[in-house]
Amino acid sequence: MSDGVDSNRRRFLTATTAVVGGVGAAFVAVPFIKSMMPSERAKAVGAPVEVDISKLQPGQRLIAQWRGKPVWVVRRSEETLKALKEMADELRDPASEVEEQQPEYARNPYRSIKPEYLVVIGICTHLGCSPNYLPPGAPNDLGPDWKGGFLCPCHGSKFDLAGRVFKGVPAPTNLVVPPHKYLSDTLILVGVDQGASA
Amino acid sequence: MNKCQQYMDCLVAWIDARFPMTKMWKEHLSEYYAPKNFNLWYFFGSLALLVLVNQILTGIWLTMFYKPDATLAFASVEYIMRDVEWGWLLRYMHSTGASAFFIVVYLHMFRGLLYGSYKEPRELLWLTGVVIFLCLMGEAFFGYLLPWGQMSYWGAQVIISLFGAIPVVGDELTTWLRGDYVVSDATLNRFFSFHVIAMPLVLCGLVLVHVLALHTVGSNNPDGVEIKKNKDEKGRPLDGIPFHPYYTVKDIFGVGVFLIFFSLVVFYLPEGGGYFLEDNNFIPADPLKTPPHIAPVWYFTPYYSILRAIPDKLLGVIAMGVSVGIFALLPWLDRSPVKSIRYKGILSRIALGLFVVSVLVLGYLGTKAPTPETTLLARIFSVIYFAFFLLMPVYTRMEKTRPVPTRVTMK
Amino acid sequence: MKRLLACLLLLASSAALASEGHGLMYHAEYDLHDKASLQRGARLFVNYCMGCHGASMMRYSHVARDLGIPEKVAVKNLNFTGQKVGDPMITAMRPEDGKAWFGAPPPDLTVVARARGADWLASYLRTFYLDPKRPTGVNNLTFPDVAMPHVLWELQGWQRAVYAEDGKTIEGLELARPGKLDEAEYAAAVNDLVGFLVYLGEPVRLERLALGWKVILFLLLFSWLAWLLKKEYWRDVH
Repeated sequence: MSDGVDSNRRRFLTATTAVVGGVGAAFVAVPFIKSMMPSERAKAVGAPVEVDISKLQPGQRLIAQWRGKPVWVVRRSEETLKALKEMADELRDPASEVEEQQPEYARNPYRSIKPEYLVVIGICTHLGCSPNYLPPGAPNDLGPDWKGGFLCPCHGSKFDLAGRVFKGVPAPTNLVVPPHKYLSDTLILVGVDQGASA
Repeated sequence: MNKCQQYMDCLVAWIDARFPMTKMWKEHLSEYYAPKNFNLWYFFGSLALLVLVNQILTGIWLTMFYKPDATLAFASVEYIMRDVEWGWLLRYMHSTGASAFFIVVYLHMFRGLLYGSYKEPRELLWLTGVVIFLCLMGEAFFGYLLPWGQMSYWGAQVIISLFGAIPVVGDELTTWLRGDYVVSDATLNRFFSFHVIAMPLVLCGLVLVHVLALHTVGSNNPDGVEIKKNKDEKGRPLDGIPFHPYYTVKDIFGVGVFLIFFSLVVFYLPEGGGYFLEDNNFIPADPLKTPPHIAPVWYFTPYYSILRAIPDKLLGVIAMGVSVGIFALLPWLDRSPVKSIRYKGILSRIALGLFVVSVLVLGYLGTKAPTPETTLLARIFSVIYFAFFLLMPVYTRMEKTRPVPTRVTMK
Repeated sequence: MKRLLACLLLLASSAALASEGHGLMYHAEYDLHDKASLQRGARLFVNYCMGCHGASMMRYSHVARDLGIPEKVAVKNLNFTGQKVGDPMITAMRPEDGKAWFGAPPPDLTVVARARGADWLASYLRTFYLDPKRPTGVNNLTFPDVAMPHVLWELQGWQRAVYAEDGKTIEGLELARPGKLDEAEYAAAVNDLVGFLVYLGEPVRLERLALGWKVILFLLLFSWLAWLLKKEYWRDVH
């Protein structure tokens, strides 16, 4: 049955058809994969949100929601701000050197645009639980030295009031500061970078 | 010295010791001998498999976005069409695939009629095919309710009401099927379950049985000659060629051509002229208002015509059921000594021709609102439809057949 | 037998008829590539239709993106009810009110063009006429006894029916009181609106048409290669 078979041509055609078919299959995979990304609805729900901070007292925290995640705004007292500067030894990344964790404008000792207000995504960088807010002197605090911060209930990671992670806990990095900007002194827009228009 | 020359051989040997991989490959592909004289009609089996895979894949993805809830279903389809990236393509591939499935399966069945593929020894192969066809009709019917448009709703209402024709238990049965006094959220939810789980599971199982049965008896061919009767000294059929590579490369070409037609519909004619996606189904289901003209989707219209042709509810339902079920009797209705239409007599040819015409006319009439004239036509062609089957024992025995060659012919 | 032949003839002729006219008075002329026209249509839709009808399965932002309207302009010009740009285009009217005023809540118009067809919509919007017997004071030739009032009257003006000699059959419509637009301008406005509704029914239409031929071209290449491969292997088969 195989008299005079041009096996080179056969191999060439088989390979070419397979490659072209493979390219086709890859193209077909695109709609299937892309359809699983957030839909227009998810994007609309995840649109930037305005947060009114006019009623926030020093030491208080409010929780907003952006893209379904909790966004914390903490108004820090003078004492807290002072304390933040003196904690470097206990922290893993005191100077916010991991770039993805905050926008450039929040890469400062307070990790915020205005020192007084911390805006941070309330999701632990370890495995995604939402840490509890423990202000200084909270009833179930972590001893007399506790200057205030966050404690993750899942695996015990600790963060200070600038969202910086302590040494010796499972979380690898600081809490994420979302893109945000001040629309006025009392109104923050979360989801849009400072300087960008929206 | 290592016995395995190459890692690949080593791996294959390792697997073969634990799972009959090479054995199955040989049995079903590289040493499955198929007649070498397959023609165009023999593409549609593998194409049906391709469409099945398309339906399952796009179906899995649509299920990620669709909501089987009467208040949300219609809008969730439009959500897929607008808000989900590429959702429109997945949806059109699925909706076009539904019609393509029936086109391909009808052609596949016609091939069986043409070349007597149901005759001994392939009766069981044919019967599993008939069951697959019934399941496919169920699958399509359940799926058609899901967009929750007016045609979905009233189509389901009518088909479920057919069961009401059954004496004594009819009314109770329809209520039980719907899970409510009308087609409602409960009905939608269970149809969703049937459509995405129950029927696909059964269909895949049956397709496997169908292929195993085929590979036991071997494929028929346009000459209706059993190739296993003429073997060479190694026991290979003289008129057979290994399925792989010969029919795999041929079927790959068939797939390419099929996909061109498929894409033409998906991209340029997704509504199929109002037959694949019906205009009225873009109006959300309204239990208080039946659209002025309702008809089933095109692939059900021949049977629907037969239903309407009979002026009695129960008899109409029975006739419709029989019109589908009667295919199962073909292996015993055909008394011809030959399989293929090539060697059958003039009567069989006329009968098959009339049957095709009757299916087409009944199909067309089923899409139209009935008038006295069309009802008469539907009756005449219903009679022809059934005569094809019921008179088969007579005309296949009466006619003079032509001599069948001992070996297949290449045309 | 004669009757059968007559039936077959009828069948053939009705098939021919079905492919011809559909008894509609006007033909919609629109171009989905003409963004200016679609924008005008969108404006008409928001100004005149959305008081009662929603397009609740479509988002403002989607329309703005497809029609080339900057989001800020879209928020200002399309969206009067103070919603966000990513919100669906829902109507300001509550369904209960719609039911009380018109007998049924006005239908959502997201996919109305796919259900009714462009020509039907154009004919419908152009064939309102005065009819004192109706509670709204108007009737419609395309959709007799419709519950909807003639919302575009200030553009079109009012038409009245011209009756045939029997005094019953309507032969045509004539303008009784002109509106802001003359006949040609009104026809153009209706075409804009219908074009927008067609877009609204299937926003991906242009994308679909643009992708199709590329896919088919690729499949032609693939089939050609597969054909060569098949021919090559089948040289073995005699």
